[in-house]
Amino acid sequence: MTELIGISPQLLFAQVLVGLINGAFYAVLSLGLAVIFGLLNIINFSHGAMYMVGAFCSWLGMQYLGINYWAALILAPVVVGVIGLLIERTLLRRIQHEDHLYSLLLTFGLALMLEGIFVELFGVSGQRYPVPDLLNGGINLGFMFLPIYRAWVVAAAVVVCFTVWYLIERTKLGAYLRAGTENQALVQAFGINVPMMRNLTYGFGVGLAAFAGVLAAPIYSVAPHMGSSIIIVVFAVVVIGGMGSVLGAIITGLGLGVIEGLTRVFYAEISNTVIFIVMAIVLLLRPAGLFGRQS
Amino acid sequence: MKALRTACAITAMTLGSTAMAADISDDKVKVGVLTDMSAVYSDISGEGNVVAARMAIEDFGGKVAGKPIELIYADHQNKADIAANKARQWVDDEEVDVIADLVTTSVALAVNQVADREGKEVITLISGAASTPITNEQCIATGIHWTYDTYALANGTGRAVVEQGGDTWYFLTADYAFGDSLQSQVSRVVKENGGEVLGASRHPLETSDFSSYVLQAQASGAKIIGLANAGGDTINAILAANEFGIVQGGQKLAGLLMFITDIDALGLEVAQDLYLTTGFYWDMDEKTRAWSERFFERHGAMPSMVQAGVYSSLMHYFEAIEKAGTDETFAVREQMGKMPVEDFFSRNGRIREDGRMVHDMYLAQVKSPDESTRKWDYYNIVSTIPAEEAFQPLSQSKCELVNN
Amino acid sequence: MNRTTILYAVLLALALVAPFGVYPVFLMKVLCFAIFACAFNLLLGFTGLLSFGHASFFGVAGYVTGNMLRDYGWPVEFAILAGVAAAAILGTVFGWLAIRRTGIYFAMVTLALAQMVYFVCVQAEWFTGGENGLQGVPRGALLGVIDLNNDLSLYYFILAVFIAAFWFIHRTVTSPFGQVLKAVRENEPRAISLGYNVDRYKLMSFVLSATVAGLGGALKCIVFQLTSLTDVHWYTSGEVVLMTLLGGMGTILGPVVGAGTIVTLQNYLASGAFASSVPIVLGFIFVVCVMAFRRGIVGEIHAFVKRSF
Repeated sequence: MTELIGISPQLLFAQVLVGLINGAFYAVLSLGLAVIFGLLNIINFSHGAMYMVGAFCSWLGMQYLGINYWAALILAPVVVGVIGLLIERTLLRRIQHEDHLYSLLLTFGLALMLEGIFVELFGVSGQRYPVPDLLNGGINLGFMFLPIYRAWVVAAAVVVCFTVWYLIERTKLGAYLRAGTENQALVQAFGINVPMMRNLTYGFGVGLAAFAGVLAAPIYSVAPHMGSSIIIVVFAVVVIGGMGSVLGAIITGLGLGVIEGLTRVFYAEISNTVIFIVMAIVLLLRPAGLFGRQS
Repeated sequence: MKALRTACAITAMTLGSTAMAADISDDKVKVGVLTDMSAVYSDISGEGNVVAARMAIEDFGGKVAGKPIELIYADHQNKADIAANKARQWVDDEEVDVIADLVTTSVALAVNQVADREGKEVITLISGAASTPITNEQCIATGIHWTYDTYALANGTGRAVVEQGGDTWYFLTADYAFGDSLQSQVSRVVKENGGEVLGASRHPLETSDFSSYVLQAQASGAKIIGLANAGGDTINAILAANEFGIVQGGQKLAGLLMFITDIDALGLEVAQDLYLTTGFYWDMDEKTRAWSERFFERHGAMPSMVQAGVYSSLMHYFEAIEKAGTDETFAVREQMGKMPVEDFFSRNGRIREDGRMVHDMYLAQVKSPDESTRKWDYYNIVSTIPAEEAFQPLSQSKCELVNN
Repeated sequence: MNRTTILYAVLLALALVAPFGVYPVFLMKVLCFAIFACAFNLLLGFTGLLSFGHASFFGVAGYVTGNMLRDYGWPVEFAILAGVAAAAILGTVFGWLAIRRTGIYFAMVTLALAQMVYFVCVQAEWFTGGENGLQGVPRGALLGVIDLNNDLSLYYFILAVFIAAFWFIHRTVTSPFGQVLKAVRENEPRAISLGYNVDRYKLMSFVLSATVAGLGGALKCIVFQLTSLTDVHWYTSGEVVLMTLLGGMGTILGPVVGAGTIVTLQNYLASGAFASSVPIVLGFIFVVCVMAFRRGIVGEIHAFVKRSF
């Protein structure tokens, strides 16, 4: 392992930065998942599929309607959010009092269907989405070449994450939401429409996934299977952070991105597995995850 | 022992076959296309292979040696056990005589095992799979590897790139058997031609973000970054390299296994100037264009080399039956080996005793957006690699059917 | 009670004549997955623990059995035993670590451990054949005399093993031990207060389940003469959850019906007009099941019979 010693500090620093960028994706995706789980108690297995649909929405919009990236950044989450509202209203609501397992199974089935439909329509190879002109090019940081688009991704992700965290943990709306999960009947008695609130929350959560999808479109190939390879990692992030903890999801997402990035230098083969090793260790030492509330 | 058994069988059958006349088992020839229709290889294989097989049957007149040809197909989802199960059922229960495509190596190897059971042998026409063990350590008497393999890819791209001055390499390698064998074969070619390998990153299969690996490749200072992976991994690696300014920085990429559908997904803007080795390109001459346009009309996309290979292999199989007057497995295999393979797909082709179909391969370079006049107009054919040079020489074969 | 006996007798008779009408290798695949699903149901349905890592036991047992048969020339009975033993050992490790957690965390610990096993299987090419899979496993001969290369002989052998496994699980569930498991499932604090060492019961249930799951994997390796990474992938862990839920969680026959349904669907949808849309159809079936038949096929039939008679 002479490589171990041979790694220059520059390369190492570059890897940490790249890891953070990946972590930003994990953070946005796991944030949506954590919101949905924390407030609705639904394990949303179709989150990866929604991420994929978000990316496809922006591509379809550009291809057929001439909608540019910036508009897609707003529109795609709205479109996917509406799909989410419909799914919650017609399917998930009917099983909200059943075991978690059923919502997991249902959303798993939905994910299979969505992916299958997109494969039928667009094939598996994927579609190309150009980087918007404004964000083209890169900056030379001395130790690495940083594409401007990647810098934008981190900035956008961090802003969105902390806005959502603030909304849920620090505002009245968030307090209602949290209270609604604790005791639906009581909150309803205060005149708050809890079913509608849950409905909107689910739509919002999957909208976040779509937002991540739009962010990802110019970097990765827009392909039907892009979500299924990331969903299980994102699950791990949420569990490590503590199921339902918004802050946990954000910080763990970023942190695991960095850990994953570093493993790619030292022992690349294990980089897809390292997250699970961390998960096993964390769960065995801290049962409710890093930021979870012990019950 | 297996070799002895099959050798005896072949001799017995060839002696016997001359006496038999139009001996077609259960009065039909049944073709099974076993392919990936829903997972990662469905664009290069999938529905397109079913279309190609249908075209082959129609072009042959729907009948061979006076008996009807039937087609069945199935999706194996890239899972060796599903493929083996299906193939077994086809052979045991549905009188399938030949199985075509078999994309991905694990599937090809598993189905070859099924096709090699004593007394139940059938011919496999492998078009989609890439690895060389299919015609080496794990060769079977009735398996034919048609379209390409990792040796030919390494040979074509590796040599061409070194000759053009790309003599230091860094690899991004998919961490599984296919990636390993591609990397080691290219490394050998590079070293033989006076080049040097500086290092490699082995990434897990289905990695979405390659920026880490691209940075490592950049830091290595190698002139060439060799992509020993396939499909979505190759696409994402090239996208990341493009994003991080690898090409502007003076390094070049070499995609070691790329299909025309990958180029289509990447777009010429990103993919231009890439070198690649291919067994077929639709826009090479009149014959390739004529067939490909017909295919395009039915499938809506130009054929990949795998799809063209399925058609070519089935036509050759039918011709062999016609000539031999029987669909008995060993007799047909023998006959196929006797006839040269010469059609729109294959030039100077022949089937060797290890099951390798050798034919001319082509080194192509991806066009720039300005050069391309239409969708699917993607390659310039730079040179032709003659059949006898393109593939692993028979003298190096580890196949037990070859007397080395 | 009598009705049940008749039902089982009819099923047994059907199983005995089935290979003459249906392709035996397909039936054997159903039986292997039925064993796997029954084992899983012991844990999920009767102990209330959702493992998301059961593919590890299924796959690792297959790899061990395959290696013993192919490279070490062990007789088939011992090769199966070796596979089952490997699954039991692995199950003990998993169980020992996982039973400290409950609910979704339990599922996640098992998933995490299973991903590590998957990683090892990808890397240990000398043992698993890596991506290409462990191929070319000989089927061997039972007791050195009955040639298992004959599909019919193998079918009856597997049917016999299946019946033994099924009976074993049935006995376990109806035994006092099984009653304690149900008590744990229904109300864990209560079971603790009654003086049961709940963790020990959970661990035993986990190990039993892993062991029988391994039996399914070992047999599957012999039937198909191969074991591949698919068998240890998390997708297979998910599939067995689906089989159990579809058939009816916590019913004795449910997992068998679920395994039969899923394997049949995969097999018949894979060829023909729907070939490219298997995922869509499967996904749709899951959605319909969750929305309309939550008790599973067998559970719904039970409920129907109860209501009507």
